[in-house]
Amino acid sequence: MNVRRIELTTDEVRHVAALARLGLDDAEIERLGFELQGILGHVATISTLPIADVPPTAHALDVSVELRPDVARAGLTREQALANAPDPTPDGFRVPPIGS
Amino acid sequence: MLQARDCTAVELASAYLERIELYDGDVHGYLHVDAERTLADAAAQDAAGTTGLSGVPIAYKDLLSTKGVPTTAGSKILEGFMPLEDADVVARGKAAGLVSLGKTNLDEFAMGSSTEHSAYGPTCNPWDLTRVPGGSSGGSAAVVAAGLAPWSLGTDTGGSIRQPAAFCGLVGLMPTYGTVPRFGVVAFACSLEQVGPITLTVRDAALLQQIIAGASERDATCTGPREPIVVPTAGRLDGITFGVPWAELEEGVEPGIRARFDGSLQIARDLGAEIVDVELPYARHGLAAYYVIAPAEASANLSRFDGVRYGLRVEAPDVRSMYEATRDAGFGPEVKRRIMIGTYVLSAGYHDAYYLQAQRVRTLIRRDFDAAFSSVDAILSPTAPTTAFEFGARLDDPLAMYANDIFTLPVNLAGVPALSLPNGLVEGLPSSLQIIGPSHSENLLFRLGAAFEEAHGFDPVPPLLRGGSS
Repeated sequence: MNVRRIELTTDEVRHVAALARLGLDDAEIERLGFELQGILGHVATISTLPIADVPPTAHALDVSVELRPDVARAGLTREQALANAPDPTPDGFRVPPIGS
Repeated sequence: MLQARDCTAVELASAYLERIELYDGDVHGYLHVDAERTLADAAAQDAAGTTGLSGVPIAYKDLLSTKGVPTTAGSKILEGFMPLEDADVVARGKAAGLVSLGKTNLDEFAMGSSTEHSAYGPTCNPWDLTRVPGGSSGGSAAVVAAGLAPWSLGTDTGGSIRQPAAFCGLVGLMPTYGTVPRFGVVAFACSLEQVGPITLTVRDAALLQQIIAGASERDATCTGPREPIVVPTAGRLDGITFGVPWAELEEGVEPGIRARFDGSLQIARDLGAEIVDVELPYARHGLAAYYVIAPAEASANLSRFDGVRYGLRVEAPDVRSMYEATRDAGFGPEVKRRIMIGTYVLSAGYHDAYYLQAQRVRTLIRRDFDAAFSSVDAILSPTAPTTAFEFGARLDDPLAMYANDIFTLPVNLAGVPALSLPNGLVEGLPSSLQIIGPSHSENLLFRLGAAFEEAHGFDPVPPLLRGGSS
């Protein structure tokens, strides 16, 4: 296995964690930072391949999607939608305040 | 047995439930079993009169939504979650009269190659209980190998059907992308994954594939197979040309696996096939490309788990803190690793160098396969480079864990199908052969697989279950 590592500062790791909405503690930031440096070091091998002219493939499928008729259909009932909610109210999903 | 009316669906289900009682304490393949419900379903099948495959039991990977039955994706973040609907493949199983025995264990959110990353504890390999069954569909494979289900469904994103099938001495199919609907499958990487069968025989894999494959209104990426699935008979391989990517097999393959692979090649020649060299020069970059693309898609797919509408919620004074605390508590270490990688490679400044570049590699891998298939009917490789390893052996080094899938990953990146079947034992542990075909070549794969299967003569019952020593 390739043992290349890339450099990642603690701030960069915290930034990624914030983007991912993961509340990592200091020990996790350190551990994940270390692991990411190894994994990214390996996957970074592809960034040097001279293939800029190759079209990217987002999807293996060769077909274009057919649309269904634009006719309304029943969706979930209120009960169904709230069935697994951690804090349901008659009006919807209750959450803590937005913004601290 | 059922079709011959040797027994009723209730008797058959009862027999499996008894075995689950006896052995699943050791194997831990199941996360959820509801004997009452299973027997009621079986009784309903008997009452309706069993025909075809109705009344046959099945196990479902706990990544597949089952209405009114807990579906956890192997994660604490979905503990107790009850889907509102069945996944399309489960609904099709029900329509065929299959009786669910329960939900099987998996690496959390299908991320892993050993089932050690399940939040509910690992599953043990029925061939050696100190070893992993593979992953992420380790539970689905273990229950079939241990005789706790006649067959099961797994999912495969980078090898998660084929590699556990290989570790457990079973048949596993990764179908052509877009032939089996993903509606109701908890999403990991949408452009890479398919649901597929894990079975004791190639014939069973074809039978199960007939039930689950087909276009779906609820999955825009699923247009179904191009031709009906045909249940194969074993025969010769005259006129067949196999390609072997020798350059890719030079490193990393355990000698015993290589010896069994050479044995399969000799069988192919004895049955009349020709073996030629093929080059897949970009396949060696498959692991790197996969570990950019799959985590990137996963980071997007798993952003829905935020404690708002379902699943675990950790209370906090504001919504952002709630997201962060919930996700920190609910996700295990492998899932966090992959979300972090995925978020990084998609973030500003890195997107082009990593994600776009990985998609270019994906194009080149696809082209490698297309070029190879212009001169060969199918490509052969070992499924996994090693036999089942011991618990803990790969946990400290994520890259070592990822290396399990070097032969399976390129298949998902290219969207082509592949069949894995056992080809022998290496020091008492199963070894497997992978047959890769062009898109929509499942019938060819089944036919080729049946021919190898008959010639290999592999007995899928582990010695542990025969009362012998391992």
